[in-house]
Amino acid sequence: MITGNENLLDRRDFVKLLGPGIYFLFSVDELLQGQQQGMFGRYPEDFNAYLRIAENGQVTCYSGKVELGQGVIASLAQMLAEELEVSYDSVSMVLGDTKLCPWDPGTNGSRSIKNFGPALRAAGAEAREVLIEMASEYLKVPVDRLVASEGVVRDKSDPAKSVAYGMIAKGKTIERHLEKKPALKEPADFKVCGRSLPRVDFLDKVTGKAKFSGDIVLDNMLHGKVLRPPAHGAKLKAVDVSAAKEIEGIRVLQDQDFVGVVHSHPDVAEKALALIKADYELPPPEANDETIFDRILKTEARESVVEEKGDLAQGDKKAVHKFEASYCTPYVAHAATETHSAVVRVDGESATAWVGTQRPFGADATIARAIGLQSDNVRVITPYVGGGYGGKSQIGQAVQAARLSKMTGRPVQVVWTREEEFFYDTFQPAAVVKISSGLDASNRITFWDYHVLFAGNRSSECIYDVPNVRTVSRGSSFGGEGPHPFGTGAWRGPGSNTNIFARESHIDMMAAKIGADPLEFRLANLADERMVRVLKAAAEKFGWETAKFPSGRGYGMVCLDYLDTYVVAMAEVEADKESGRIRVERIVCAQDMGPIINPEGARMQIEGGIIMGLGYCLTEEIHFNGGEIKDLNYASYRIPRFSWIPEIETVLVENHDVAPSGCGEPPIVGMGALIANALYDATGVRVQRLPLTPERILANA
Amino acid sequence: MEQTIRFSLNNRPVSVTTDVDRALLWVLRTDLKLTGAKFGCGLGQCGVCTVIINSEAVRSCQYRVKDVEGKEVLTIEGLARNGTLHPLQKAFMEHSAVQCGFCTPGMILEGYSMLAKNVEPSRDEIIAMMDRHLCRCGTYPRIVDAVQTAASELKGGKR
Repeated sequence: MITGNENLLDRRDFVKLLGPGIYFLFSVDELLQGQQQGMFGRYPEDFNAYLRIAENGQVTCYSGKVELGQGVIASLAQMLAEELEVSYDSVSMVLGDTKLCPWDPGTNGSRSIKNFGPALRAAGAEAREVLIEMASEYLKVPVDRLVASEGVVRDKSDPAKSVAYGMIAKGKTIERHLEKKPALKEPADFKVCGRSLPRVDFLDKVTGKAKFSGDIVLDNMLHGKVLRPPAHGAKLKAVDVSAAKEIEGIRVLQDQDFVGVVHSHPDVAEKALALIKADYELPPPEANDETIFDRILKTEARESVVEEKGDLAQGDKKAVHKFEASYCTPYVAHAATETHSAVVRVDGESATAWVGTQRPFGADATIARAIGLQSDNVRVITPYVGGGYGGKSQIGQAVQAARLSKMTGRPVQVVWTREEEFFYDTFQPAAVVKISSGLDASNRITFWDYHVLFAGNRSSECIYDVPNVRTVSRGSSFGGEGPHPFGTGAWRGPGSNTNIFARESHIDMMAAKIGADPLEFRLANLADERMVRVLKAAAEKFGWETAKFPSGRGYGMVCLDYLDTYVVAMAEVEADKESGRIRVERIVCAQDMGPIINPEGARMQIEGGIIMGLGYCLTEEIHFNGGEIKDLNYASYRIPRFSWIPEIETVLVENHDVAPSGCGEPPIVGMGALIANALYDATGVRVQRLPLTPERILANA
Repeated sequence: MEQTIRFSLNNRPVSVTTDVDRALLWVLRTDLKLTGAKFGCGLGQCGVCTVIINSEAVRSCQYRVKDVEGKEVLTIEGLARNGTLHPLQKAFMEHSAVQCGFCTPGMILEGYSMLAKNVEPSRDEIIAMMDRHLCRCGTYPRIVDAVQTAASELKGGKR
């Protein structure tokens, strides 16, 4: 995706395919030299891979990250502008294009600012210093008398002596590099970062100009639909495509069990697909949404010790209260409003693919494999992505489009239906956590024995000050291995949604046993001063007053760290023990993510995480029988709506002592425990399995 | 059955010859090349395909093209006039009521239809009207704020 100022690059390089605002580069010239370096597995060292300065001063920033709504289109531009010493408005972003952008592992884990940020900033800082050196030669002024600002290098003692970056760089690769890399700026010196600068995608998005993958139209393009089995694991026995072939303009394409139709209209293709009669052999169902947890408990898999200290037996001896509990979380769907969409054009030995993906690098290889091409010959371009949340790391729709394009010799667009979206989704895995713990007479935790099964180990570490700890993770969360009847994968905050639900529910349960206030109990068992600071910030905003627990007020809290971001959330709910209904009234969320690049963007992400998180707390779980997915639309799989929204207040806890970390996932991972704990405070009912449905609340009352 | 249907699209007369039982959404997106109305569910459950027909917000995935004969259709592409954004579009930008942007056209047009009927909606009225629309990114509170801001600007007679 290329967006922003249209005049930044020589128009001769571009073929305009779409409306104003987005261009796709066709002819490939020396512009690519820098980008080719550092492919596969690490960020390149050559700063040219990240930026290009045109003669008119316009800066293009290249990143393999993609824009899914989280706002990297602004935050990355800010970080480059900051170090390079150019204005924010002069920077345009090229995102997620495998031919133009430096390799990237994918847009996930809230790691764009945290992991890509330092590489991008280093590139900007080195380019700035190189440009100053070159300006020194051009102006014949020693380097130490020069200063760069707003894309111009000036003589400090004679500001009339100056030269603009564009005059030096002239849109070309800068061959000079520095032996000693310059230091990055201190947050206190930020001028562009730390400000709520506007996002350039908003204008496209409010006017309908923003192009998502399903909006890409190529000459001669067909729309494809592929036959879907009734259940995962089903085998195609027989297929009758005769009725579909009757429809004018329909082509049916078949390669063993891959059966597709193409037409110039997507709705006609879909109608034809519905006419295909297919017979399947269904495997016997091995689990459903009720029996899956037992299956998880019984499934053997490799165990890894996440952390171990002290001696659990010693801790057990010192405990006067002991606790043992299990916590369960179900399969949860991503349910982005944009279904998986792609356009693929296969041209002989190469292909170009426009894919709504979180992993353009990786999608290229997957597409190449599916149609027998070299990975280098597949270019993936990522238009705007209509929400991902982890689900768009998988690109089955692009594989379908690629196969159909190869079979027809024409570009093919595939846009999944809502049913396909639910069926092929790689769900957050169902998982179980088992915890044993103990408290001594002074209400200190003496031991913590933690086993997480098939959720993954992220956020499984004990953040409390406990002398005797053992944390074990069994199985992986990805790939549909082990107990899962279908594919599973990353879901906004993978692993952590389960782990934090378990840990923070359990901590509350321990506090309840001794009647301690959840805030005081946590403070008494926390040694991490950074966490204490965030806790106090949240408590102050919320107005948390100490009370005997449960208090009946419907207050809940949670504290967590997620990949170096600290979060404390507090909630007030109204819950009715008779009907089992919960209404979340208010949530305060304090977050310390180090120096903040774009405060408005940060608040939006926190609010969004909280709102999305209400879904997995209250309603979201996939019902299934073996490989058959029963929830295939928004009527049965209910996600948060306008009418659910509580009052939300965010507190950004500034912290310049650490590096910038992620924002979008940390606030969602505490939501399960937050609401479960508030429910307990309101009603005295503890529910250890998500979501907190009325039936489950009544059953535990 | 193929037939020619004539209607007004974003204040311009159009005619389209097609199987008239097809959904308006697909005719807009493919035959008429306006991709601002999105496909989200095909069941009328999410609202991303919303367009305005004779001042009413309508789910274009559930609306047959033959029923649009002689009517006035407004899509997100037609909302800004002479290069000036509609107050709703401005307010969505001001309030950052946009994340991935996929639901945004439908949200704005639902707001447009609501404000045509109720110039001063309360927060609760906005929520009740907009509740038919889904936003997975969770921008709901900002959308409510944006609709309120646009309402007061429209009431002030600026447009």
